[in-house]
Amino acid sequence: MEILYKKSRMLTDTPLSYCPGCTHGIVHKLLAETLEEIGAEGNVIGIAPVGCSVFAYKFFNCDMQQVAHGRAPACATGIKRCNPDKIVFAYQGDGDIASIGIAEIIHAAARGENITVIFINNAIYGMTGGQMAPTTLVGQKTTTTPYGRVVGINGNPIRLCEMIATLDGPCFVSRVSVSDPVNVRKAKKAIKKGFENQINKKGFSLIEVLSTCPTNWHMNPVQSLDYVKNEMTKIFPLGVFKDCQEGN
Amino acid sequence: MARIIIDPEVCKGCGICVSVCPIKILKISNIVTNKAGYFVAEVVEDKCIGCCSCAIMCPDSAISVLKQ
Repeated sequence: MEILYKKSRMLTDTPLSYCPGCTHGIVHKLLAETLEEIGAEGNVIGIAPVGCSVFAYKFFNCDMQQVAHGRAPACATGIKRCNPDKIVFAYQGDGDIASIGIAEIIHAAARGENITVIFINNAIYGMTGGQMAPTTLVGQKTTTTPYGRVVGINGNPIRLCEMIATLDGPCFVSRVSVSDPVNVRKAKKAIKKGFENQINKKGFSLIEVLSTCPTNWHMNPVQSLDYVKNEMTKIFPLGVFKDCQEGN
Repeated sequence: MARIIIDPEVCKGCGICVSVCPIKILKISNIVTNKAGYFVAEVVEDKCIGCCSCAIMCPDSAISVLKQ
């Protein structure tokens, strides 16, 4: 009997602490499968952020470091410089990377640190109860914008990938989504490319993953996947924004 | 012929697997719950084509797919 699909060895048996239908679980799986495929078992150090994924160190079967809010790229820089032969990845949410940690990510990208950063964009602060994040869509209702985000009062959403792609330091900047099986496969390819760049010492890679938060969006998991596909991709277009191998 | 194995104690009954199955052989049970109290996904027909869409999309890695 042939196994077509089974859980990756890089994930532990600890039950995920995420809500039902949260796509953090899908991205964890993609990361674990990619690391397993590139043969990096036992040679990886991950950085867990602050946010819903703060317990990521329990779920990955590799060395993990949990860091202060937004400081994952800074910590990853230190770990990578001390352990240049290890594969280092930082895993961050949108409140973590685009709000409190925006200085760290921009300077890590500008320095072209040889790390891979996975950015989960679900347009809301999930863990603290659904407040407005820098990436919240215009008109989206959150607990701090109960009538919808208004540009004149709350500003515009930040497109981090486009910002980072203007810098000279980063090697690979891409935005993917996990809204359906096709996009999940594409996301896996992008994550794999991010790690291959790191192995080949090409420099900084940022992969933004459009993700869901069914609980705080007040939708069921299937509706929230449709919301990503139909609404979020209008504001956050998918694609590759910088790829040093193609000379962009 | 492929076979889907769902771990009922890991499943949170989110229903994503049900929505992505191209031949609609999965459903969320309205009888069976696990220890955490979630109604879990179950296979209703033995017609799996082995596309693994359900397993790829399962956030909790509750689904394995075998080929017989």
